[in-house]
This record gives sequence, C-alpha cells and structure tokens, in this order.
Amino acid sequence: MRFSEKWLREWVNPAISTDELVAQLTMAGLEVDSAAPVAGEFTGVVVAEITEAQQHPDADKLRVCKVNAGEGEPLSIVCGAANARVGIKVPCAKIGAVLPGNFAIKRAKLRGVESFGMLCSAAELGLAESAEGLLELAADAPVGVDIREYLQLDDRAIEVDLTPNRGDCLGIAGMAREVGVLNRLTVTPVHIVDVKQTINDVFPVEVIAKAHCPRYVGRVVRGVDLSRPTPLWMVERLRRSDIRSIDAVVDVTNYVLLELGQPMHAFDLNELKGGIRVRLAAAGEKLRLLDGQELELSADSLVIADHQRPLALAGVMGGEASGVSAKTVDLFLESAFFEPIAIAGKARGYGLHTDSSHRFERGVDFELQRKAIERATALLLEIVGGKAGPVIEVTSIEDLPHLPSIQLRRERISRVLGFSLPDSDVAEILERLGMDVVSTADGWHVVPPSYRFDIRIEVDLIEELGRVWGYNNLPTHLPQLEAAAAPRSEKSLQVSALKQALIDRDYQEVVTYSFVDKKFIELLTPGQASVSLANPISADMSEMRTTLWAGLLKTAIHNLNRQQDRIRIFETGLTFTTDNGLQQQPRIAGLICGSTAPESWTGKVHAVDFFDMKGDVEALLALSGGAGVYEFAPASHPALHPGQTAQVLKDGKALGFVGALHPELQKSLDIASKIYLFELGLAEISVRSLPQFKELSKYPEVRRDLAVIVDEKISAQAILKNVRDSAGALLTDLVLFDVYQGANLEAGKKSVAFGMTLQDATRTLQDEDINPLVERVVTSLREQFKVTLRE
Amino acid sequence: MNNLQTLMEQALAAVAQADNAQALDQVRVHFLGKKGEITEQLKTLGTLPPEQRREAGAEINRVKDVVQDALKVRQAVLEQAELNAKLARESVDVTLPGRRNSVGGLHPVTRTLQRIESFFANMGFQVVEGPEIEDDYHNFEALNIPSHHPARAMHDTFYFDASTLLRTHTSPVQVRVMEQGGAPYRIICPGRVYRCDSDLTHTPMFHQVEGLLVDEHISFADLKGMLAIFLRDFFEKELDVRFRPSYFPFTEPSAEVDIQCVICGGKGCRVCKQTGWLEVLGCGMVHPKVFEHVNVDTEKFTGFAFGMGVERLTMLRYGVNDLRLFFENDLKFLRQFR
Repeated sequence: MRFSEKWLREWVNPAISTDELVAQLTMAGLEVDSAAPVAGEFTGVVVAEITEAQQHPDADKLRVCKVNAGEGEPLSIVCGAANARVGIKVPCAKIGAVLPGNFAIKRAKLRGVESFGMLCSAAELGLAESAEGLLELAADAPVGVDIREYLQLDDRAIEVDLTPNRGDCLGIAGMAREVGVLNRLTVTPVHIVDVKQTINDVFPVEVIAKAHCPRYVGRVVRGVDLSRPTPLWMVERLRRSDIRSIDAVVDVTNYVLLELGQPMHAFDLNELKGGIRVRLAAAGEKLRLLDGQELELSADSLVIADHQRPLALAGVMGGEASGVSAKTVDLFLESAFFEPIAIAGKARGYGLHTDSSHRFERGVDFELQRKAIERATALLLEIVGGKAGPVIEVTSIEDLPHLPSIQLRRERISRVLGFSLPDSDVAEILERLGMDVVSTADGWHVVPPSYRFDIRIEVDLIEELGRVWGYNNLPTHLPQLEAAAAPRSEKSLQVSALKQALIDRDYQEVVTYSFVDKKFIELLTPGQASVSLANPISADMSEMRTTLWAGLLKTAIHNLNRQQDRIRIFETGLTFTTDNGLQQQPRIAGLICGSTAPESWTGKVHAVDFFDMKGDVEALLALSGGAGVYEFAPASHPALHPGQTAQVLKDGKALGFVGALHPELQKSLDIASKIYLFELGLAEISVRSLPQFKELSKYPEVRRDLAVIVDEKISAQAILKNVRDSAGALLTDLVLFDVYQGANLEAGKKSVAFGMTLQDATRTLQDEDINPLVERVVTSLREQFKVTLRE
Repeated sequence: MNNLQTLMEQALAAVAQADNAQALDQVRVHFLGKKGEITEQLKTLGTLPPEQRREAGAEINRVKDVVQDALKVRQAVLEQAELNAKLARESVDVTLPGRRNSVGGLHPVTRTLQRIESFFANMGFQVVEGPEIEDDYHNFEALNIPSHHPARAMHDTFYFDASTLLRTHTSPVQVRVMEQGGAPYRIICPGRVYRCDSDLTHTPMFHQVEGLLVDEHISFADLKGMLAIFLRDFFEKELDVRFRPSYFPFTEPSAEVDIQCVICGGKGCRVCKQTGWLEVLGCGMVHPKVFEHVNVDTEKFTGFAFGMGVERLTMLRYGVNDLRLFFENDLKFLRQFR
C-alpha cells in the first residue's frame, strides 16, 4: 500500500513529523519501506496562463508565448512543447527558479529570441519518468501561486509493506484508523452523502452463488461525458499511489479503492444483456479480460455474467467486451463483497494479481459496499456528469461473515504478554480499534468490526493489545525453566566429530544445492529412480540428487577451472531416491584429486591414488570401530573405475563406496586429473560401541613374521581373515607389512608378508605353544589358497 | 720431592693438552695407571727411612688426587664440547615449514550453525532434524497456513506434486516433534530450506534454524529475553535489539526482531539501508491452531517459536557481501573461514 501522506493527514493529523510517523507505523507492525518525495526538488515555479502563442520566426518547432505568471507584465517565453497553446494553464519556472538536478533558469536567447523563463512538463518537475508536452493544470488554477503549494508537492508517498492479515489497512480509511489508535486521536473520515436519485433506471441483478458473493450492490448512471478529464488533484493522488490515470470512470473506481479499500468495477451498460448474474463459471467458458488476455475458466471461478456470457472474473478483473470505453455514455457500477476464500488463490491460478484481488483475498469490509458506491457516484457526477439511478442491492444475510463474540480474559493477557495491562487501557485500545467491548467479571466480551477479518480468537486481541502498547514497552526477561538435560548417547557419534576428522585430514567442507541437472544424475547413478521438481528454477536444478557426488564433482570442476589443482572436499546432506518409496538419507561424501600434500621442500609429493582415499575413509571409520567393524569388498559402480572400486560393509550391509572416478566419465566431464570419491551412509557410521575394559596381560608379547607367495587374485583381506581364524585367541595383533610383485616371482603371483603378535593372559608363551600355532596358520593358508612359504 | 712436584706439573700440563677422550685416557694411564709414573712413585716409598715414609706417602697421594681431579674436570669439559659439537651438527632451519601442515575447514554456514546450536544446547535445547521433502500438511496446513492463505504466495514453493514439496522453512520439524506427544518441548531444528526464487539476494536453497520452547509459563517476555541474549552472544556485542509486530500464521503475537546494525553501529549505512537496524529473526508465541493440530493443551501450555536465516547471520558476522558465494564453493572463498 502506497499513499500520499498529505491525503492521510486530511483524515487524521497527529503532531509528529514524517519520520516519526514512519517509525510509529513500522513499530506497530505496518512496516514502512519508503517515504519518498512525490516531486523533484525545485523552487520558483508558479501557475501561469498562456495568453499568446506565436510561431518562432526561425524555428519550426518553437513558439514564442506570452505568459501571465501573476506579475504585472506578461513574460515572453520560448517553448518547444506541442501543446503550448493559448488559454491553458501550465507550470512556469521563472528567472531564478531552480529545477530538479540543480538546473537554474536564467534569461536566455533561443534562436535569436529572448526567453524569460521556462514552461514545464511533469517530467521536468520530477512528477513523472517521462512526459509529452506541458503539464496542463485545471482551468481554475490560480495564476501566480507556487506550484508546490497548488499541487501540494511537499508531500511524501509512504509505502507500507502490509502483512497478509491486515487487509483492513489497504485504504486511506484503514491507515487513518491505525494512526488514530496509535496517537489516541479521533479520525475525521471523508464526508459521504447519498447521491440524489434523478432517474429510475435499474438493471436486474441475480446472485446465484450466494455463499461466494453475499452482497452485490449496483447502480445505473446514464449520460456520462467521458471526454471530460480527470481533475489533476485526483490524478496526483492516484500517481502518489503508483496508479496511472486511464479515464475518469476508471480513475474514480481506483480512487475509491485507495480511499475506502473497496474495489469497484464499472460496466458499459449498453454492452450488458438482460441482467447481471453472479455465478460460478462453467468449465471451459471463455473470457477475454481488460488486459487482452483470454482465459479458459475453471468451474470453481466466480464470474459476473449477464444472461449471455461471463463479463468479468469476479474480484479480479473486468472483461474487455463490457468495459468502459471512450464511446460509453451509460454505466453500470458494481460494488460487491466477495467471500475471501472464494477469491483466494483464484487470481494466482490464472497467473494474475490485481489491486482488486489483493484486497478481496485479504477481506474487504462487508459493510462498505453502499458507502463506496455512493462515494463513487458522487465523484463521477461531479467529474463526468450524468444521472444516477437508485442503488440496487442483493444481500444474503446468512452468507455474510459472522462476527465472533470473543471472551478476553484478564489473566490470559498477562500470561501471554508477561504483563498486566491496566483495564482502562485494554478497553480504550480495543474501542479505538473499532471493537465492541463489554466488561465482564474476569475480563471483556469483544466483538470485532466488520473490517477486521484477522480478529477471531482471544489471542488475536492480545496481539492487538501488545502491538498498540508497543512490543518494546513490554517486559523482557529470561524464562524460568527447570534444568533439563537433553538425553545424550555416548554410542552415537556427532556429525561434527566426523566432519572434524576430515577437516584434520585437510578436507574443506562444501555446501551444494540439493537439486542438480538430471543428465548429471543419470551419468552418476544410471537406472536409479529419482525425484524431479515440478517447477524447477532451471533445467540444471531440476532433479533431486541421488548422490552427493553430483555436487562434489560440480564443485571440483568449478575449482579446477580456477587454477586449483589440489582439491580435497566433503559434504554431508540428504540424498533422495525412490526405490522403496521416497528415501531421504543423510550421507557423507568426499572427493580428492591432485597431490597428496601441498607442494613442499620436504620432497616430491605424488598424485593421490586409491589408497590415499581409502586411508581417509579408514580414518573416518576408525571413529566408530574401524577395521574390526567395517569391511571393504571389491565391487562395481557405474560411476567408478571397475578395478578400483570397493564397497564398504558393516555386518554384511552395504554402506557405500570408495573408488576412482571412471575414466570414461572423467573424460566426458572434461576433467584432466584423476578423481577419487567416497560416499557413506551417515547414520550407519555414527554408531559406535562403548569401550569395554579387558585385563592387561602381564606376560610378554611374541612376534612371528611370515611371508607367503600366493596367486595375485587372492585379496589381502581374505588372507588376513584366514590367518585370524586359524590363529585363534592368542593372536592379539596382525599387521600386513609388505606386498610385492615382480622380479624373482612367478608371473601372476605376489608375496604377502605379515606379522602376528601373540600373547596369553595367564602365562609366558613358549616355543612349544608358538610353533604349532604358526604351523596351523601356514597349513590353513596352504589348504585354502595354495600358498607357498617364501624363504 | 722436587721430582714429585715436577711430575705433577707435567701431568697437569698433559691433562690440559688432551683434546679428546682418548688422549685424556692415555694421560691417565701414563700417570695414574698400574705402571703410571705417579703410581711408580709409591713403589719408591720402601727406599725411604721409615720416619719419612708416612709423610712422603701422603704427599704422593695428594699429587695423585690433584691429577685425578684435573682429569675429571677435563673429561667433563671434553664431553660438554663434544655434546655441543653434536648439537651444532644437528641444528636445522626451524623456520622451514613443517611436513604436511595443512588442515581443512568448515563451510561458513556450518560454522554459524554450530555456533547457534551450541548456544541453544547450553540452554537445554535439543537439536532435531527432519525431512527436506515434506508434505503439504506439515509444511503448511498444520502451521495454520491453509491452501487458500495469502501467505502461501510469499513462500514460492518448489513442488513435486500437489501435496509433496520441498520444505520452505524448518518449522514443519516442530510439528513432527510435537505430534509425538510429550510436552514440554525445548528444541531447535537446523537445516536446509528451499524457495523458488533466485536473484542477487535470494538463492533457491538456504539454511534456517527454527526454535521452539513450550512449557507451562512461557510468555512473550521470555521470548524477548531469550532472543536478546542469543543475539548479543552471537555477535559478542551489547547490541540494541527491538521487537516489531509482524505476522506469521503459526505464531501470535508475532514479531520481527531487528538488531542495531553491526556494520555501522546504528548510524545508517548501505547494509541497513540507512535505517540503523537489521532484521535478523522472526518469532512469536505459538498459535493455538498449531497446538490444536498436535493436541497440545492450550490452557496448560504456552510457548514461543523463532526462526532465523543462517546465511544472513553469517554474512553479518563475517562481512560477506554476496549471498551466492556460499553455494559457489570457490575454495579461495571457503578457505577464508578456517
């Protein structure tokens, strides 16, 4: 809502400055976005009349005017405006005037003719972005009067960003009411008298959709003269509300909308057939709107129709065919109350939003329709003449909103606000807000006015009290709470600990969008069912990610393209898949490429490989149990290198993958360096077991190393598992310290060396304990994997 | 006797000249060994008359002690010199960088989230998370935003179908917690939220922290107190904080919270649009309709809820001037927050 401050002050004029008024409104919940001057900064411009206009002797487009600016001698002013003609009144910047942009007016010679001032357009005075020709003032404009005074230009356009509950403030009347309450002042509304009926013409009105339109008020006005312009004062007020002047009829309906908050519509009476019918549309019915757009209506849309066709989309916009045009002489005026829920969302459904729908959606005072039509008729007759018929009203009392009777408890006020408001203030605030207030034993009975759709329950009233009293005048203290310790489980690992583990290993956390390009998702997880947005911002942000790798790869590419060749990043967040219904799973993923460490004097760094990535993953998993809990198994993944992919398992359940980005994929993403990735289920790796103490052995440890030659296809993990199983309980540690392939070994074979640490809890181990154990280990490996011992 | 005196002088001179442990040992053997020159002197005692033996013996032992002490002192000096030499050989340029000295860092948004979470955790709030793909009921309906409500237009929702959407705020998490029963509640719900809006000052995804405190005697005064100390703690400044009436369908009374501009200190600048104030939070007393949806007794319980934009707080805290930087993930940007 944008409005002229001066207009508001005609209704209620508190003795406070504009800045104070702005602050007051903002702190009452009517947030002021701006309070901009309505005209440019200028001085020395007065109302003047052109008394003569001669062709300039040396310039086709210039005229030499004699201008009466209220001083004895007429001024001679050269002017280039096409509309400069005898008899009109225009703004005249006299010698010494300063126009916006610090443009000083001096005596000048234009093509040899002296000019003593300048006649101005609206744009030259900062009243409009652009203008054609001189600003023509009313015929009765007083010559010689300062234009700032005449047009009340020392005014500000106050823009209030209203919250959706305050539809009642979408008019000067409502804003004035608020200012009256805040300053405890009485508001003087505009004086509205019933227009004298001079003709008997009526037009039939039938409301079929009564619940949607509980009240419809109309009136016939015949014989209007649309060639008469809208008076400048009205054009100016509309302009200060950002509404462009169209013609007198439209301007008047817009003026009443701004003044009282009642949206109205005017039809060309001679285009209406039979009578008005307010009804729901038939599905598929067509209506061409005033803006030229043709709608195919849905069956839940309320329309104003005649006996043949829909005329207007009720409460949103009129139709083109029945609209007022230059030829119109007879009008049918409409002032209706549409049920907010009947209008809500309808405009948006058609991609429309109008001043009218904005108000009806939020609720228009249902007692306002007659008053508004009287006001509009009076203004119309004054501007374009004509004769008014009687007011036609169709009201369905039972469908009008029901005003609630709300019980307001004194005790509840202090319970919610933390403060006992004095009784007299409670009553006064509510009464000034237009409520009916009756005192009861423990509080009040309150009935809100017809324009407050947001006041329905007790707490609505409490909010009003707090708001008017001032939130910052209410007490402030810390809650008195019982000490409550949130339950904490030592078995669950905080995500922050996992993040820290990666950060300590030189990973940078990133946060990427949860929606990515569908093509990217198909490359990374082909065949994986995913979810698409119905209304994405753009095609490359349309698919919910099935893997965090999408964002990590995008981030890697972004940085690789910016001379960052060593990248170590991770992200945590949800992935979205639809295998068994929608799954939203928290996951953690990382990406590395480039060298293992930053460039350094300590020696050459090498490019990262699979085992750098795996080492980081192992470090992460160590927080929740490590090698004893997790297993790595050779696996395949469509996005990963077939020979460098491991699946991570816990109790046989797959948690995710570690591997090298598939070289083909790397190529198609145009990435030069090798990329390694991991992704794991966050929930699964956040569970750990409580440490359980075991008695320390007092007896020495014994270490035995073995090296075996085995087929290269046998995995290290399989060998170690076999050793663990056959060694039994005396084995306290097992370390793989060498893997070798090459010279001195048969092709297809590898040598694997490991060290076993043995210890007994109750005695010192002797050779006769150890040798059979080693023998058992060797035999088992021989039987299982056909190993030979390396000499 | 002159002989003994000369011998001592010779021995001391030899000790002084010995410049390593081996040479010193040779000196010891030469004078004090089994056949050393001083030791030999003892053997000559027998040739002396008995009444002189005692005195001469004492004199020889005195010389022996003197030489022995000199040897010890010299040995200590030589050892110290050797140690010093070894240490000198081993010295390094300590200004050279250490091996593998880099660590990563948190994303600035996470850094802020952790800061917010730790404040409220200290106040006894529990951190709860919820789904990002939400249903219409939890995101709107249960929060008193029915389908025709004008507030829906302000939410610019991403939809999957008519009833499934990306949550537009983290408020649905409070509904999910409360529908489990068990009031009172003290929770915060951090997380990603989504709005179909993308320009200089909006990204289609951002982060919010929603808070909820429901108990038997919670008033608007408690809300004001809690948020004021949070904001002062967060910015580590004695900021002016003001509460401005506003409207959210799920709270009443509702307020927007402004802080004195942290950039200009309230004098007016570009960031606060010359107002001296920055809007940082939305909050209010939980609306009875919301309590009705989750069966919380509105006569017994009252509560407040609040929501804050994490990116906005991060920008104000660290002076970041472009929201979009958070999601570009340029490493040069992210590394500034280590």
